Amino acid sequence: MSVNALKLRGSNVGGKISSYVRGALSVKTLEGIVSLVAFVALWQAAVSLRIPYISNLPFPGQVWNSLGEAAGTSGYWLSWVASLKRILISFIIAQVVGVPLGLFMGMSKPFRQLIFPVFEIVRPIPPIAWIPLAILFWPTEELSIYALTFIGPFFVIVLNVMQGVASIDQSFKRAALSLGAKPSDIFWKIMLPGALPSILTGMTVGIGVAWNVLIAAEMIAGRNGLGRMTWEAYTNGNIPLIIVGMISIGVAGYLCSSLVRLIGENCMPWQRRF
Amino acid sequence: MAEIAPLLRASDGGAGQDPLLCVAGVSKSFREGDEHQACLDNCSFDIARGELSIIIGPSGCGKTTLINLIAGYELPDSGSITLDGAPVSAPSFDRLVVFQETTLFPWMTVYANVVFGCKVKGVPQQEMQEKAKHILSKVGLYEFRDKYPSQLSGGMQRRTELARALINDPKLMILDEPFRGLDAMTKELMQEFYLTLFEETGLTTLFVTHELEEAIFMADNLVLLTHKPARVKEILKIDLPRPRHFSMMASKKYFDLHGYAMGLLVEEAKRAFEDGNAIAFDAVSSLE
Ligand SMILES: Nc1ncnc2c1ncn2[C@@H]1O[C@H](COP(=O)(O)OP(=O)(O)O)[C@@H](O)[C@H]1O
Ligand SMILES: [Mg+2]
Repeated sequence: MSVNALKLRGSNVGGKISSYVRGALSVKTLEGIVSLVAFVALWQAAVSLRIPYISNLPFPGQVWNSLGEAAGTSGYWLSWVASLKRILISFIIAQVVGVPLGLFMGMSKPFRQLIFPVFEIVRPIPPIAWIPLAILFWPTEELSIYALTFIGPFFVIVLNVMQGVASIDQSFKRAALSLGAKPSDIFWKIMLPGALPSILTGMTVGIGVAWNVLIAAEMIAGRNGLGRMTWEAYTNGNIPLIIVGMISIGVAGYLCSSLVRLIGENCMPWQRRF
Repeated sequence: MAEIAPLLRASDGGAGQDPLLCVAGVSKSFREGDEHQACLDNCSFDIARGELSIIIGPSGCGKTTLINLIAGYELPDSGSITLDGAPVSAPSFDRLVVFQETTLFPWMTVYANVVFGCKVKGVPQQEMQEKAKHILSKVGLYEFRDKYPSQLSGGMQRRTELARALINDPKLMILDEPFRGLDAMTKELMQEFYLTLFEETGLTTLFVTHELEEAIFMADNLVLLTHKPARVKEILKIDLPRPRHFSMMASKKYFDLHGYAMGLLVEEAKRAFEDGNAIAFDAVSSLE
């Protein structure tokens, strides 16, 4: 996925710039490798030197072996599929519901005044605090996980879009009206693109929140998924596998954030750095 | 100074028999806290067809407010504005404004910005493309049609904005301090550019500025506004020949007009300064 992503980016910029980007990327990659190697070396040293508490950790090599074993089982990959599927579906529903709601709240003052007070009360509740209610409320555990993973990014997105719409300069609307724009033109050609940067900020923050909630929900209510896999490793006392689970969750979250960022760059060509 | 006897608004407002735009007794005030601050006070003037009229007055006197009313963005408290006899009540592409601050849509390319009006009005594709090509070539931006506004210089942005308006064939082109904020060189080029365009097309133009040299050099009519609340102080006819040329700024007629108008403006700038308007003070010190 990430390889394709990089290719896509490369193909979008002209020759000179593309070689510059590649140069910058390779420097970045190099820095990344150095920092990773240093981290693993420190870890190895800390465990070998029997530094209190840290020495309870397995050696990096043990984790590596455990990862190798896990990667050979279909269970490991099914955990990936289960978690990604939940994130994808919940996150898309959160966008599909949240973006229009945010747009209308931003554009219509009466509508905003009607909805916003409820938002202000409900929003500060951490998504994880919804877990007990969600489990009781929804008929299956699977549905409660979807609902929880939906709630997390939902508020972030609505609020971002709402503020994004409200911050669109009035003069754009006036100019468009003068040029003969109808209300539908104002919505599709002014409000929506004007709010796009905020929509994408909401998505970027929202995807992070979605992973947070998903993992917690999977640990408590899930039958499978990366969160569940990590939790089961804990109940079985398999420390290397716990760490494999953590690393997998980190990588999955990173891939999703990169995808969102990539979508953002391709939706808003006017915001590219030239 | 008999030859520049001010053409004070009499029966015809200084604009002949069949003016394009009539501003009659327009007043506007804004609420500031509990009290109403008068901004425009009984302003009346006409704009003749095919002429370039310039509104000039101290900073903060209400010029942009007046333009917002003519554009139909806001409504006057009293008085009326009519274009071709029809009351102005909403924005329309028969009067288009280019403001000092760019209102180009940042998310659209130069081309998409320019054809926006055609698109929303449903002009056929073929016709739209031809018009766009013609107008973009005219403002010298055809090569830049796929750039985004943020990739253009200030002068290019202004020209794109002009093109976006001109493609709609407005009856009245309004420019509110359009070249303010550009560097001196670009500004001069833009003035010359618009002047040539006006002299070629005869597009009725309402131009707002606070710079007298620019005003006299370009205008057929000069509407002088007083300090806040703005009233029409005087309307001057600038009968320098066209096409205008920079050398005319050395003529006796220009000199006389300039001296006369300057006297009126300094009076107003001083009043503005007494009211504590620092920008107006800069204006006074640069005039004297
Ligand atoms: N929407 C508004 N609400 C309150 N006051 C305003 C508003 N618009 C303009 N004003 C006031 O009206 C005066 C004239 O402003 P403006 O028309 O922008 O002046 P100019 O364009 O001549 O510099 C200013 O003192 C300004 O503070
Ligand atoms: Mg102004």
